[in-house]
Amino acid sequence: MESTEFLVRSAVILAVFGITLLIATYSTYAERKIAAFIQDRVGPNRAGPMGLLQPLADAVKLFFKEEFVPANANKFLFIAGPSLAMLTACMASAVIPFGNTILIDGQYINVQAIEVNIGILYIFGVVALGVYGIMIGGWASNNKFSLLGAIRAASQNISYELAMGMSIIALLLVSSSLSLRVIAQQQGETLFGISGMNWNIFYQPLGFLIFIICAFAETNRVPFDLPECETELIGGYHTEYSSMGMGLYLFAEYVNIFVASAVMATLYFGGYNFPFMYDLGLPHNLVTLIGTGVLFIKILMFIFFFMWVRWTLPRFRYDQLMNLGWKVLIPLSIANVIITAAVILISEQGLPW
Amino acid sequence: MELAKQNTQIVTPDSYMQELTTLNLGPTHPATHGIFQNILKMDGEKIVSGVPTIGYIHRAFEKIAERRNFYQITPLTDRMNYCSSPINNMGWWMTVEKLLGVTVPKRAEYIRVIVMELARIADHLICNSILGVDTGAFSGFLYVFQEREKIYEIYEEICGARLTTNMGRVGGMERDLSPVAIQKIRDFLRDFPKVMTEFETMFNRNRIFVDRVEGVGPITAEKALNYGFTGPNLRAAGVDYDVRVMNPYSSYQDFDFEVPVGTKGDTYDRFMVRNEEIWQSLRIIQQAMDNLPEGPFHADAPEFYLPPKQEVYRNMEALIYHFKIVMGEIDAPAGEVYHSVEGGNGELGFYLVSDGGRTPYRLHFRRPCFIYYQAYPEMVVGTQLSDAIVILSSMNVIAGELDA
Repeated sequence: MESTEFLVRSAVILAVFGITLLIATYSTYAERKIAAFIQDRVGPNRAGPMGLLQPLADAVKLFFKEEFVPANANKFLFIAGPSLAMLTACMASAVIPFGNTILIDGQYINVQAIEVNIGILYIFGVVALGVYGIMIGGWASNNKFSLLGAIRAASQNISYELAMGMSIIALLLVSSSLSLRVIAQQQGETLFGISGMNWNIFYQPLGFLIFIICAFAETNRVPFDLPECETELIGGYHTEYSSMGMGLYLFAEYVNIFVASAVMATLYFGGYNFPFMYDLGLPHNLVTLIGTGVLFIKILMFIFFFMWVRWTLPRFRYDQLMNLGWKVLIPLSIANVIITAAVILISEQGLPW
Repeated sequence: MELAKQNTQIVTPDSYMQELTTLNLGPTHPATHGIFQNILKMDGEKIVSGVPTIGYIHRAFEKIAERRNFYQITPLTDRMNYCSSPINNMGWWMTVEKLLGVTVPKRAEYIRVIVMELARIADHLICNSILGVDTGAFSGFLYVFQEREKIYEIYEEICGARLTTNMGRVGGMERDLSPVAIQKIRDFLRDFPKVMTEFETMFNRNRIFVDRVEGVGPITAEKALNYGFTGPNLRAAGVDYDVRVMNPYSSYQDFDFEVPVGTKGDTYDRFMVRNEEIWQSLRIIQQAMDNLPEGPFHADAPEFYLPPKQEVYRNMEALIYHFKIVMGEIDAPAGEVYHSVEGGNGELGFYLVSDGGRTPYRLHFRRPCFIYYQAYPEMVVGTQLSDAIVILSSMNVIAGELDA
């Protein structure tokens, strides 16, 4: 590997990791500001200009809190829980293509931490591991409310992963690749006579709907925040956590939201592609730069959507959640797969009669 | 028990009961809105049985009242259902007036009606918006809390206090409605319908919310009557009993309003009945404001109503009455009275026995929450944990009133 490539790739990896954490940090601030906006309040405005240092203040406060471990808790697992949640949350953003390629010294370098040709499977695997953090933490707390929260989290994530996987299968039929980069590149083709508009949302609207619902369930956000619902389980799996253990759980949730938003933007909303991207005749690196910016705008829109829903809707009951997952979303996603497959087959080979 | 029947070989009823988890809902659970405990036997998420424990904030109000002068008992009533303390205050004054045989002038009665209906709106707003919070929708709560704040500003203008109002005196109000208070009430009548419509838009037809509350914790009219339910919870079950209509007090017969009635007695009906009652209360306030009669704002009962301060400085009789009232040296006639008002969450009754002394011989509060909570264990059996919390908040059980 040449030294420039090595340097650039290290910089990209660091940037991706840093940006993930930065956006997750400021999501906490955005959450409070958006909640305030929706509820006719002011929101945090004391720490720094417009309260911009609020996440920092929160973090400092959490660090100074007492790290409390319940008397009969399994201490190792009690600490392992939030760590695992945070670790898996941070791992997922590695394979997301945050931009097209940069041209340096005649070499094209991906704006992506690692390019894996099974990117979607990687994300699924890592996100599925995330529930272990919640389960271990909830169990190790030795508290019945935490345990109920952990059970709810586990069953909810397993149920919704199925529907999510099914909606992805339909997408894979369209794109015929497991690599996120390839999927993103395909969406840069021309549709409706506009370059960079070949977004999968136009082919898979139902799949996207299922995916976004499942993404809400996977990130444990309202209306699927049963594992931690404040008024029933008093925080659920993180009832017993204080200090940074609690901080890691909350932070992991925001990282997960960021990852979910990034995946949705990449899979369905064109990733780093934007309309007219090749029609303007701009230099390659500039297009990549704009594309990265556009991707982040898309991601932020999704994050806003997550928060908007959170402060608007009530939450489901446990059995209703299961009914929605098993009786509505999974049949719908299977139908989506079959219809997509049939349409592709017919468009490639013509009608069988 | 279902499970036990299916697998008699493996699971006997005894071993089934041992399989259950005991979950302590309370005393410091955030959804209990106060301090009381439910010891639930849980089969997973399902509740098999519930045992309530009350008395965590029992303050022996009935006993304390036996050592207090009549005007010193109002602060105790404030602290029962603190969401609608003016209704408690007025109910208490009416009971005392009944004992003393004092006739209250029309203007005072109308002012009392205005204050009581404002309190009812505040109480129902809290109950319904907290129901929203307990189902996970927090924003609606803050929308209507701004309006509740305006109601509190009106209280402040009328009596100087906000939550524990200690409002009114024997025979009327302590002072007349000030022009500022009238303006604030008019502003409230103008602005509130918009917010209430917004709140209803957010919840009434929200699919998730309706699914959460419809058919949850139903109670039949017969059962509700047997338990002694009153107020919105009874009306939701389909019985059109309202103390304001059945046994009008404080000139309620002058006003034109409807009594909303539900059909199934479930949580959704309770929610909708309260929403509709808010609109009816608005109508009553509007009518009372439009037809507010002129005249004195308190009865002519010098032995019990503090004379104006200027009179106390100039007039000997006034000074004597002032001294006697403040020192609590005025005897009430012997007798026993019962008076009930339509409180924020049901019929709030006062049973007062006087032996002719300066303090009540015995005072009993008929507290609707205490009665509702008896039905709670029966209502939650077979439901899920989430339902138990929704049922609790929809019945508007307030710990202060439950324990008194």
